Amino acid sequence: MLAQIIFYALAALTVGSSALVAFSRNIVHSTFALLGAFMGVVGIYILLAADFVAMVQLLVYVGGILVLTLFAVMLTAGIADVTVSNRAVGSGSALVTVGVAISVMLYAVVRTPWHQGTVVVPSQTTYGIGNAFLGEYVLPFEVASLVLLAALIGAIVISRHEVRE
Amino acid sequence: MQTLIENLVNAGTFGKNASVVAAIVIFVLSAVVFLGVAFPFAGIVSWVERRVWARIQSRVGPNRVGPNGFLQWLADGVKHVCKEDIIPDDSDPTLFKTAPYLVVLAFVLPWAVMPFSSSLILADLNVGILYMTSVTALTVVGVLMAGWASNDKWSLIGGIRSAAQIVSYEIPAGLSIFPVVLMTGTLSMQGIIRAQGWAPQHWFLFANPFTFIAANILYISALAEGNRTPFDLPEAESELVAGFATEYSGMRYLFFFMAEWGNLFIIGAIITTLFLGGWQCPHITKNVVLMNVLQLIVFNVKVLALVFLSMWIRATLPRVRIDQLMLLCWKYFVPISFVDMIGTAVWVAIWPDGNAFMGYIMLAGAIVVAVLFIQRVIFYLRRSRMEMYFNPTI
Repeated sequence: MLAQIIFYALAALTVGSSALVAFSRNIVHSTFALLGAFMGVVGIYILLAADFVAMVQLLVYVGGILVLTLFAVMLTAGIADVTVSNRAVGSGSALVTVGVAISVMLYAVVRTPWHQGTVVVPSQTTYGIGNAFLGEYVLPFEVASLVLLAALIGAIVISRHEVRE
Repeated sequence: MQTLIENLVNAGTFGKNASVVAAIVIFVLSAVVFLGVAFPFAGIVSWVERRVWARIQSRVGPNRVGPNGFLQWLADGVKHVCKEDIIPDDSDPTLFKTAPYLVVLAFVLPWAVMPFSSSLILADLNVGILYMTSVTALTVVGVLMAGWASNDKWSLIGGIRSAAQIVSYEIPAGLSIFPVVLMTGTLSMQGIIRAQGWAPQHWFLFANPFTFIAANILYISALAEGNRTPFDLPEAESELVAGFATEYSGMRYLFFFMAEWGNLFIIGAIITTLFLGGWQCPHITKNVVLMNVLQLIVFNVKVLALVFLSMWIRATLPRVRIDQLMLLCWKYFVPISFVDMIGTAVWVAIWPDGNAFMGYIMLAGAIVVAVLFIQRVIFYLRRSRMEMYFNPTI
C-alpha cells in the first residue's frame, strides 16, 4: 500500500517533469525539468531495491549529463532569445512518430508474459554487480569501456584541432 | 539506529502499528538531526571561521554578541530573515526561488549516512560513500540555476565557473575513494570504519603510500568542490562581486553560505571515515551508551580538526587562477589518482592483509613532519604579538 503510493508519486514526478521538458516554451526550463525526471527514476530504482544503480544514475545523469546539457544550452549563442529555439515543429510528423512509438510500446506491454517473481532483496547489491561485470559479462563490459575510450580520444582530437590552427 | 528501532519494534512495545511507529520515529529522528545539528553547525562555523581568520590576521574578530561573540551567528541569521527579499525584475522568478533550496538539499542529504558512532547513524546504506559523493552533485544544478536565473553576467560567469570546477574535481575525488573501497570491499560507511583500527598505524591514511596521497588529493578536491579558498573562484569577490549569489539577498543569500559552511563538516566526515578511522576508539568500557558517547566525541574531534585545517588554509593561501585550477586537476590530480588506484590494487594483491611494518614507518614519518611543522609554527608565534595568541578570549 505504502509502496504503491510512493511508486505513483514518483511516477507522477517523472512523467510530469518529462512533460515539462517536452512542452515548456523556454529551453532552459526544459533542461532544468530534466532534473525532476532523473530524480523520479532514481526514486523508482531505490523502490526496487537497486540502490547501487540508483546512486550511479544520480552521479552520471544529474552530476554529468544534466550539467553537460546545461552547459551546451547556456553557452549556445542567442540563448537570451529562449523562446525562439523551442518552437513547435510540424505537428503532423510528430503525431505519426508518437502514434508509432505508443503502439509499439503497447504491443510490447500486452504481449509480454508478466509473472510475479519471488521478492528476495539482496543485502549487498554491489557484490553481485561486480561479479557479473568481471565474470559472466566481462566481454560486453570491456567493449563498452573501449567505446568510451574511443569517445575520450575523439574529444581530445577535436579540441586539439582548433589549437593547432 | 535502524537496528535499535527494529529491536524496539520487535519487542512488541507498539502493538499492531509497529511499522508505522517505526517510520515516524525515523522521520522525527532525521528531522532532529538535520535541524538540530546540521543548521546550527553551519551557523557556529561561520562565527568560528571569522574568529580564526581574525586571529591569524592579528585582528580580534566578532566578539560583541554573547560571550566572546558566540551568538554572532544567531544575530546574523535574524538580520538576514528581517531583510527584504529582493527578486530582480528581469530574473526568471521560478528558477531564482528554487535554486537556494537545491543547494541546501545537497547539503542536507549527506547527513543521512553520517557515521557519528557505531550505532548512531540514520541509515547505514550499502552504498553509503557513493551516496555521499553523488548527492552533492545536486549543488552543481542549484548553482547553475542561480547563475542563469539571476540574469546577470557576474552570476552567470560564477555559475559556469562553479559547475566547471565541481565537475572537474569530482573525477580525482571519486578516484581517490577507490583505493579504500579496494582495500575494504565495501561502500558502506560503517563497513569502511570497521575495517580500520583506533590506533593511527591502522588507519587507511598510513596503510600504504598510495592511500596517503589519495587522502591528500581527496581533501584538496573536496575543498575545490566546496568552493573554498584557494579555490573560491565562483564567488571571487575581487572579480565577480559575489559570483552566482550576486543578485540574492536576505535569507536566500544566507542559504548558499549556510550550505558552504555546513559542507565543511561533510568534507571532514568523508576524510575521517575513509582515512582517519572514523569513530574507532579503544574498548575501555563494556557500557554500550558510554562507548557510543566516546565514539561520538572521537569522530567529532577528528572532523572538527579537519574543519579547522580548512579555515587555516583559507586564511593563509591566496586564490588560484582558473587556468591553474584546471591545470592542477587535469594534469596532476587525475593522473596521480589513477596511479594511486593501480598502486593500491597491486599492494592489495601482494599483501592482502595489509603491511603492518609500512604503517609504523609512515606513522613515524608523519610524526617527524608534524613535529617540525609545530616547531616552525611556535617559532613564528614567538616572533609575533604574544598576548594576542595566548589569550583566546580577547
